Amino acid sequence: MSAEENGAGAEDQKKFLYVNRRAPYGTIYALESLEVVLIGAAFDQDVSLAFFDDGVFQIIKGQDTAGIGMKNFSPTYRALGDYEVTKLYVEKESLEERGLTADDLMEITYEDEDDDWAEKSSVQLVSRAELSEIMAAQDVILSF
Amino acid sequence: MKFGILVNEGPYTHQASDSAYHFTKAALEKGHEIYRVFFYNDGVNNGSRLTVPPQDERNIQNNWTELAEKHDLDLVVCVAAAQRRGILDENEAKRHSKNADNIAPGFRISGLGQLIETGIECDRVVAFGD
Repeated sequence: MSAEENGAGAEDQKKFLYVNRRAPYGTIYALESLEVVLIGAAFDQDVSLAFFDDGVFQIIKGQDTAGIGMKNFSPTYRALGDYEVTKLYVEKESLEERGLTADDLMEITYEDEDDDWAEKSSVQLVSRAELSEIMAAQDVILSF
Repeated sequence: MKFGILVNEGPYTHQASDSAYHFTKAALEKGHEIYRVFFYNDGVNNGSRLTVPPQDERNIQNNWTELAEKHDLDLVVCVAAAQRRGILDENEAKRHSKNADNIAPGFRISGLGQLIETGIECDRVVAFGD
């Protein structure tokens, strides 16, 4: 899809935000949320993801699920760039409250077609106040 | 207003499905349009016709089925979530060599694209979950 066809803010596009507030394992919400994101990517909308509360654990480095007999689906987040899902907002306060920093997160990147395919980080740290502004600007919020 | 409804929890354990039902019914009575009700996560379990709650309790699946018949509602169960949890229609049962199906009248099984389409087409998507 060309940049023109996929231009953000096109009139027939809506802003979809997927809100992730729960840990990746323990419940199925994180996995099934990601499945919606991947299917939704085919619809050419303006998509972003927010991670806060325990949701920040979804994109933490070095996940190992061998001991709990579940599939480790964390590599899928790193493929989001290939689906043109390139805006992952992570709330700073949620990281701090859990003793985490940006260094604990996976490297999730995309190639910017508008900047000679330069590799850029999809992860943006935002404050709680900034996140509330981002949420207020959405058309559709799906929280799992 | 054109509403889309998302139900993310199964019947009885959580009130989500009851609340979604009451909201949908009230919206229709007020003259609003319900574009679609989409069932995801454990919400797909609302579409099993094999639930047998005690007779003095509400029957959540029947409530949805009757509301769908009365208002020609589109009740959609996510296929991927349904397969994980054993909610099958005749086609799905055949395709996966299962000897029974259990989808309730008024419900149909389809893909997650139907949820995204609901977001695109509706003025509001109202989600009911835990």
